[in-house]
Amino acid sequence: MTVKGERPHALLDVPLHYCPGCTHGIVHRLVAEAIDELGVEGKTVGVASVGCSVFTYNYFGCDMVQAPHGRAPAVATGIKRARPENVVFTYQGDGDLAAIGMGETVHAAARGENIVAIFINNAIYGMTGGQMAPTTLPGQVTQTTPYGRDVKTAGNPIRVCEMLSSLDGVALAQRVTVDCVKNVKAAKRAIKKAFEYQMAGKGYCIVEVVSTCPTNWGMAPKDAIQWLRDNMLPYYPLGVYKDIGEGEQ
Amino acid sequence: MTDLNILLAGFGGQGILFTGKVIAYAGMMEGKEVSWLPSYGPEMRGGTANCSVCLSDATIGSPLVTTPDVLVAMNLPSLEKFEKDVVPGGLIIVDSSIITKKVSRDDVKVVYLDASNIAEANGFKGAANMVILGRMFRETGFCSAENLDKGLQKSIPPKKAALIDSNRKAISLGMES
Amino acid sequence: MAERVLMKGNEAIAEAAIAAGCRHFFGYPITPQTEVAAYMSKRMPKIGGVYLQGESEVASINMVLGAGAAGARVMTSTSSPGISLMSEGISYIAGSDVPCLIINVQRGGPGLGGIQPSQADYCQATKATGHGDFHMLVFAPSTVQEMVDLVAGAFDLGDKYRMPAMVLSDGMLGQMMEPVALPEPKEVDNDSKPWAACGHQNKREHNVINSLYINPQELEDLVRERYKKYEKIKETEQRAEEYLADDADIIIVAFGASSRVSRSAVDKARKEGIKVGLIRPITLWPFPEKAIWKHAGHAKAFLSVEMNMGQMVDDIRLACRCTRPVEFYGRTGGIIPTPKEVYDEIVRLNGGVQR
Repeated sequence: MTVKGERPHALLDVPLHYCPGCTHGIVHRLVAEAIDELGVEGKTVGVASVGCSVFTYNYFGCDMVQAPHGRAPAVATGIKRARPENVVFTYQGDGDLAAIGMGETVHAAARGENIVAIFINNAIYGMTGGQMAPTTLPGQVTQTTPYGRDVKTAGNPIRVCEMLSSLDGVALAQRVTVDCVKNVKAAKRAIKKAFEYQMAGKGYCIVEVVSTCPTNWGMAPKDAIQWLRDNMLPYYPLGVYKDIGEGEQ
Repeated sequence: MTDLNILLAGFGGQGILFTGKVIAYAGMMEGKEVSWLPSYGPEMRGGTANCSVCLSDATIGSPLVTTPDVLVAMNLPSLEKFEKDVVPGGLIIVDSSIITKKVSRDDVKVVYLDASNIAEANGFKGAANMVILGRMFRETGFCSAENLDKGLQKSIPPKKAALIDSNRKAISLGMES
Repeated sequence: MAERVLMKGNEAIAEAAIAAGCRHFFGYPITPQTEVAAYMSKRMPKIGGVYLQGESEVASINMVLGAGAAGARVMTSTSSPGISLMSEGISYIAGSDVPCLIINVQRGGPGLGGIQPSQADYCQATKATGHGDFHMLVFAPSTVQEMVDLVAGAFDLGDKYRMPAMVLSDGMLGQMMEPVALPEPKEVDNDSKPWAACGHQNKREHNVINSLYINPQELEDLVRERYKKYEKIKETEQRAEEYLADDADIIIVAFGASSRVSRSAVDKARKEGIKVGLIRPITLWPFPEKAIWKHAGHAKAFLSVEMNMGQMVDDIRLACRCTRPVEFYGRTGGIIPTPKEVYDEIVRLNGGVQR
């Protein structure tokens, strides 16, 4: 018997609490693979945020700190400034990063804080049961936009990568998704690159993963993937919004 | 001398806080307990500045001087605001180059000192505060001349040491006024 | 002893923190504490330390959480409205058992309030800094020298008990200069905290710094453990200065700036033959109830003198187990009471001056 794939070492052997079809699990694995391949688990500190991904501190094998809602970039800043030799990443959802924590996000990015943000954009609040997120699409029905998001009253969605890419402190801003093998591989490359950039001291890196939330979208996992392709990706186009490459910020 | 509570007041930029610092340092060199408390906040932005200095042989309670033994007034609003608070028998030093009004009380000693003009005429423009300090020293003898000079030296950071001499001379002008 | 220099309280406390081995400062400007941050921004780069101005108090306290979680000796400083903003982070810090030092140079409130000295954050500091069951160590210096002297101990006790510590200062103590002797600098080993999240180097299980416990039983157990620790701290860490209290009929209880004023009033009243003394809490949490209770037998009354509307009165009542009346005299809004005002209150309580 040959072993085709194994659990990455940086991902602990514990059951994840995520719903069936949720893409958090894939992204967790990609982050853990990147940590493994770079051989940095021993010096990595992850920062868990508030939302569905709050329990990431139980899933990653590296040291973890759990931050207040939205404050992960500030907590990560404190860790990185105290321990520049550590590799520090945050794992944040759209409510955490782009609503309550937008201030901390923008300023960490503007400072060129040498951290990686893994940003899960599934256009909805998962943990609290499906309320409007800052990235909820126009017209999208959520628990708190029961007639569809009316941009005249509920405002417009925020395209985070596009916005952050204008900041000088940002080294990498890339939007990926994990709807198929090809895109999963691309996502993995982006995440690994973000970690490599941090190790090279290039500055703030954000990898936005356009994700699904079958439970709160009210769809079967397969339908959710299709809905993501039909609705999310046109509004949130995949791509590299900023990459300083060999340069320095 | 036992306790001496001093209130210095004027415009921001007249060196009110610095004068207080020299007095406090001189008192410290004299072996006294001392405190220095500035006014702070928006009122300092181009408005009035004031500074409480306490010199005492005992532990200092409140560092906020509400009934000064000595009032130094370097602008009219300060004189008008604090004149009534000076203890009977206390001392008010008025920079008469700037304030033409006379003190209305007769139970305090008042020195009208043409401080700003004296300073400028001797080439120490902006050092009226030091002229007043010299005069205050003469009037109160709050420390020895040696410790006053040490206080001055302590109050000026090393990279600005070149300023010690001009301040020293301005103080002398006040002592001789 | 080191040579005495004149220093502002705000600058002295910063230098004392550096001497105590602090190399990480995160903060946001606010009057009347800004000199702390300005001083740190000047000094830290020269000694290999970190000064970072956060985009808000909210961000700053979370930077403190991060650096503290990573094992660093870390601090912030702010003034009253800033503590309100930091209260979320302080609750998380306490709930995550992370030590740090927080300076509050108090100003008048509520709301934007004012910028003059105040003690109106007493209850906030000692009882309800943020949500949930927790305490901070709270120290109340009354001189610039004491601000300096309390800093190293606040860091050390915070580390010992793994909890946040606060120095509760005010605009008067922060802005005033007094002669101060600075302590000898000491080295601190940032790698001495086995619980810290600073990378496991593949040598241990992963450390998790966390305040989330979904299982209520688990959370209750943890909070109860913490409260056992608090009880031990109440037993061993209470500190107060007693001044002419042993034969006093009237005992003033006052801390920080108002204790200085009270002391002057006590001296004046003693000259008039009034038996009045002072208990000056140095720790506000734990509150020095032992010192109060010790004198409850002979004191006829306590008088709480504060720069607020009487926030400490209930603590004194509890400490004397309601066996004595607890009177109150205070000014608020940024006004420092005068010794004369306090003296008049002493005379009133004494039923006049009997010669």
